Amino acid sequence: MPITTTHYILLSAALFTIGVVGVMVRRNIIIIFMSIELILNAVNINLIAFSQQLQNGIGQVFAIFVIAVAAAEAAVGLGIILAFYRNKETVNIDEMNVMRS
Amino acid sequence: MKYIWLIPILPGLGAAINGLIGIRSFSRKTAGVVACTMMGAALALSLFAFWQLLGLPADARAYDVVIAQWIPSIPLMTQHGVGGFQVPWGFRLDPLSGMMILVVTGIGTLIHVYSTAYMADEPRGGVARFFCYLNLFCFFMLMLVLGNNFVVMFVGWEGVGLCSYLLIGYWYEKKSASDAGKKAFITNRIGDWGFILGVFLIYQMFGTLDFRAVQNAAATMPVESVHFGVLSFICLFLFIGATGKSAQIPLYVWLPDAMEGPTPVSALIHAATMVTAGVYMVGRNAVLFTHAPMVMQIVAIVGVLTAFMAASIGLVQYDIKRVLAYSTVSQLGYMFTAMGVGAFSAGAFHLMTHAFFKALLFLGSGSVIHAMAGEQDMRYMGGLRKYMPVTFATMFIGTLAIAGIPPLSGFFSKDEILFRAFESNKAIWVIAVATALMTAFYMFRLVSMTFLGAYRGPAWESAGAAHGAPDDHGGGHGHGAWHGPHESPTPMTFPLMALAVGAVVAGLFGIPAALNGPNTIEHFLEPSFTAESHIADRGMRIAESGGIAEAAAIRTPQSEVRNEEAEPHVSRSVELGLMGFSVLIALAGIGLARKFYVTSPEISQGLAEQWAGPHRLLSNKYYVDELYDATVISGTYAGGRGLWAFDRHVVDGAVNGAGWLTVISAWFSGLTDRTVVDGLVNLVGRIAQEGSYWFRRLQTGLVQTYALVMVFGVFAFVTIYLFVR
Repeated sequence: MPITTTHYILLSAALFTIGVVGVMVRRNIIIIFMSIELILNAVNINLIAFSQQLQNGIGQVFAIFVIAVAAAEAAVGLGIILAFYRNKETVNIDEMNVMRS
Repeated sequence: MKYIWLIPILPGLGAAINGLIGIRSFSRKTAGVVACTMMGAALALSLFAFWQLLGLPADARAYDVVIAQWIPSIPLMTQHGVGGFQVPWGFRLDPLSGMMILVVTGIGTLIHVYSTAYMADEPRGGVARFFCYLNLFCFFMLMLVLGNNFVVMFVGWEGVGLCSYLLIGYWYEKKSASDAGKKAFITNRIGDWGFILGVFLIYQMFGTLDFRAVQNAAATMPVESVHFGVLSFICLFLFIGATGKSAQIPLYVWLPDAMEGPTPVSALIHAATMVTAGVYMVGRNAVLFTHAPMVMQIVAIVGVLTAFMAASIGLVQYDIKRVLAYSTVSQLGYMFTAMGVGAFSAGAFHLMTHAFFKALLFLGSGSVIHAMAGEQDMRYMGGLRKYMPVTFATMFIGTLAIAGIPPLSGFFSKDEILFRAFESNKAIWVIAVATALMTAFYMFRLVSMTFLGAYRGPAWESAGAAHGAPDDHGGGHGHGAWHGPHESPTPMTFPLMALAVGAVVAGLFGIPAALNGPNTIEHFLEPSFTAESHIADRGMRIAESGGIAEAAAIRTPQSEVRNEEAEPHVSRSVELGLMGFSVLIALAGIGLARKFYVTSPEISQGLAEQWAGPHRLLSNKYYVDELYDATVISGTYAGGRGLWAFDRHVVDGAVNGAGWLTVISAWFSGLTDRTVVDGLVNLVGRIAQEGSYWFRRLQTGLVQTYALVMVFGVFAFVTIYLFVR
């Protein structure tokens, strides 16, 4: 059975769903961060799949951009988390309410 | 004679000098000299002008001089469309005004000279003020008689009213004097109202205010003998003005009160200026009046009634000046009687002779008052003949003249009036003759009580303070305590003598034709009382051609005057008889007065008690002042109070009501503001507050909750997109 675009889409949807659920249900900020990475990669798979189907390179170029932005985001996000951990000794998202008045 | 305008200017200049500089810095003597010099100069100029006037042919005796334009041409509506209303400073010297300026300046000068001595005890500034007013008085009077149009005359007319106020109220610290001044001024203002209405009507009717033009225009109009037309109204209004100035019923009340002023002022008002203004004005408009016979009737009746009434009041007065005041009112009544019966020259002639003897009598009474240190009540005089012979002699001449004893001046002028009254209306003549009897009586009563009999005054040492004399203006007469009655100084006796000569000879200008006299004055004055001859003739032609039925039916009084020389109404013997009769009447009056007050004084006492009612009526001047108090003055006060009440309740009420309404509406406005406007604002705030209370719940701060909501939202939208579309 050849692997068609539909399979890619399904994989992407599954990954996306896992990511979204992970973002919503977990309390650990690092897990949430990893779930966001999952969502981004689900999008990447989607882009690549349609790029393949449409025989258009733009989707692949866009995926490269997303990976680059995700790397930058990971660097900034992990920096924030590290700084937060040094202050509060925790990575629980419920404790991240210092901007609440 | 181009310089007739200088005649009024000279006294005006004197008034300016004395008023602006004199009051502050002139001595009594300087002030007197300045005033007398100006009047003397005016007299000299008047004599010269008059002499020049006599040099002209009889029917061209007039000088018209216009020195400047006063009011430039203003378009104003008249009877004949829009006319150019303009008033020049124009002066006119004709026989009537010529006679008047001689009277004013001549007698005025004598009174000025007299005043220098009479007022010698006044404070220094007061004397200068007095002479300033006197000069101003003469200035305005000369303006009045010399003006060639109604407006210039009106300037003088108002001016003499002002000066009478100033002079009557000269002793203004005295309440009675200032009241009398106000009374004179206000009464005159009522007359002025009539005069100015007449002037308005004249302009409306004729489109000009020049005397000559008005007379000429009026001469061509029909005589209003049946209906009361415009000319009649003009004359009626002018006559109202004349009653104010010349003290006729009903406006004579101010003149007796004017005695509050210094005696020279009384002389000036009564003889030379002021009261003659009304007579002069009626004479000046003789043509108008001859065209309004009904008003002439009114004038004659008012005149003769005034003469009678004033003379009867004069019978019982004790104040020497008041007797003379009522005598003046009475004589003015004669003048108006003369005007009313169409004898304009006789009236003007009487004006002149009266000026002489009345000035003489007043100055004489001033001399007596001076001698008695301010006493005016004749009951405290008597026997003064031996102390002041000159005053007695001159006043006696004046008394004979006013009583009408030939050949003194009063005889000729009064007799002319009586004769013309007899011709015109017997009833008027009867009243006039009765007045003549009373005149002779009260004048000799005055002389008898003052100069004859025994001395009844205070003793020498007890001096002037014995009775509170109403005219007590000085106390000592500059030479310490009062040393009893004495003859006055020369500046006072000289005018008396000069006026006595005038009172004797002034009548000789008017010896009537019945006595083979030339009656110079009548022929001299005649041109002033008629329109220019060619116009008058044309007017008569119109009247007699039958074009206007009523005018033709009744002969104009003017034509009567003209035809009289040809065919007199009354024969010469009747005229002579009337003269004899009036002399008899005068002698009877004198005899009665002598009997009552010299030979047997108890008779007058007895009569006064026997006729207590009429005596009281006369002593109280017919209660006319009280009547005016009760009607006009109380009415004015009531009107004032009514207006005040109107102001207080209606006008103030409206203002207060408006304020009250504002307060009420402001209260409602505040209520609306508090409830509706503030309510809306609060409602908005409340909605925001309540709404935010609920919406705040959504803001949990939990990112995952947001994400969940977002996911559900996206899911919902995608579902709608995929299935519901």
